[in-house]
Amino acid sequence: MISTMAPGVPAASTAEPVTSAGQARMRGYVTMGGPPLIVFALFVAVWYLISYGLLSERRRFLLPPPHDVVSVGFLDWHNFAEILAGLSSTAAISLAGFAIAGTIGFTLAVVMSQSVAMERSFYPYAVALQTLPVLAMTPLVGLWFGFDTFSRILICSILALFPIITNTLFGLKSVEPSQRDLFDLMKAGRWTRLWRLEIPAALPNILTGLRISGGLSVIGAIVADFFFRQGDPGIGRLLDIYRASLETERLYAAIICSSLLGLALFLTNTLISRHVLRNWHASAHSKSS
Amino acid sequence: MTEGATTVAVRPKEGAPRGLLAFRGVEMVFPNGVHAVHTVDMDIAPGEFVSVVGPSGCGKSTLLRIASGLARPTAGEVVLNTGHIAYVFQDPTLLPWRTVRQNVELCTQLKKLPKAERAEKARQAIEMVGLAGFENRHPNQLSGGMRMRASLARALTLEPEVFLFDEPFGAIDEITRERLNSELLRIFRARAFAGVFVTHSIAEAVFLSTRVAVMCARPGRIIGEFEVPFPYPREPELRSTPEFAALTGEIGRCLRSGAQ
Repeated sequence: MISTMAPGVPAASTAEPVTSAGQARMRGYVTMGGPPLIVFALFVAVWYLISYGLLSERRRFLLPPPHDVVSVGFLDWHNFAEILAGLSSTAAISLAGFAIAGTIGFTLAVVMSQSVAMERSFYPYAVALQTLPVLAMTPLVGLWFGFDTFSRILICSILALFPIITNTLFGLKSVEPSQRDLFDLMKAGRWTRLWRLEIPAALPNILTGLRISGGLSVIGAIVADFFFRQGDPGIGRLLDIYRASLETERLYAAIICSSLLGLALFLTNTLISRHVLRNWHASAHSKSS
Repeated sequence: MTEGATTVAVRPKEGAPRGLLAFRGVEMVFPNGVHAVHTVDMDIAPGEFVSVVGPSGCGKSTLLRIASGLARPTAGEVVLNTGHIAYVFQDPTLLPWRTVRQNVELCTQLKKLPKAERAEKARQAIEMVGLAGFENRHPNQLSGGMRMRASLARALTLEPEVFLFDEPFGAIDEITRERLNSELLRIFRARAFAGVFVTHSIAEAVFLSTRVAVMCARPGRIIGEFEVPFPYPREPELRSTPEFAALTGEIGRCLRSGAQ
């Protein structure tokens, strides 16, 4: 029913006979953690191979070896502190944008779900918002609202808004007809129906929307960093500075940190979603999602 | 719970006709032109359990939707002489985020009954359907039969005088189904409601009912009614008696004659 939107697929739990729960858990960690670790080791090996094998010393700055990235970007406290400061600024922007997009998106979806007229009136614009290239809007946003924090948050929330609207609306509208009949029989009012039936039923979709939007809000915040350069510099601004000054060790460190930010937000959302759905939804029982 | 709809006339109990529920020339034509129900007249008195058998798409379910007020007939009327009516759907329609207890309390909660009363009614109903000990499970931790029991319990909290069943055991395996049939009879005896039970199993209809109505399709109409003479309580062995076989055979012939 949510094939294209929710990645969660019920996993068949094929329990093998085990000697003890602890052993089983260890084996679980090894089977879960093993393959990604092997891939990571391969990735680092290829990185070294390119750094030392393919690039001459003069061009090695294009891909400095991993240990240089670690020692210059992470272990040099002055450098790392700068990256962390940029990261926290960007994280704050993306969280603000995410919260705003979540609130507005959820509200719009609820309004649209309650009336066909509302949906017909607003949905085309929600789609238009999605197809609008955000980069094309940044100059205008800058002129209107300045090149400061406000514009950064605005771009970020515009980018994160659409998945929340569509997923929430889809969830609210895909309540089982027989469950609607039940509430009809009990003469439940609109608010009761919304609160007791539609919103809980839509939770899996709402959480999927939030997870997608979380990732987009990080992208939005970094993109906004590039365009709105007033206020404290975000990680996107630092990326641009490091590129311009050819400080590629720091550039790689900053790239790694910004992807960790996206990953952290995604994992948080996944954990929240599993906790909320732990008792009743198939996706919460799947081992990977 | 279905008082007040314009085409579903609700009359006070005193001076009412004999039936708790009556269909008077009920007709249903869908906007797409399908003639789902064609002039159905039927009376259901207190203490009666009437099964409606017929092929898929003959309008049996539509009849229940009309009786409950979920659908309005295009002609005729439904007379309902009680406000206590419950409806069990084809699928259990449990809310997956609620535990069994919370699901059973849903209807009384929507009727805004006080908490203590809700809890007491739910406890009794859960006990009656044999789900005691499973109150805190979620629906996805239950078997199909147990989900249907929970759905029955939820309906029972409304203390129905008229109880509508829309093929509740259609998706349940034969063995569980026969057990649930016996338990439904026990509840029917204990609670003394008037039942209308839609099914396409003739054996199920005969085993449960005081009367069986046979419907045929296009347009949906009642082509035969059969009194079921077997006294209650009925034991599962009833199914293997020659009298039972004779009656199911007769109803089967009536069904087939309507199908031609």
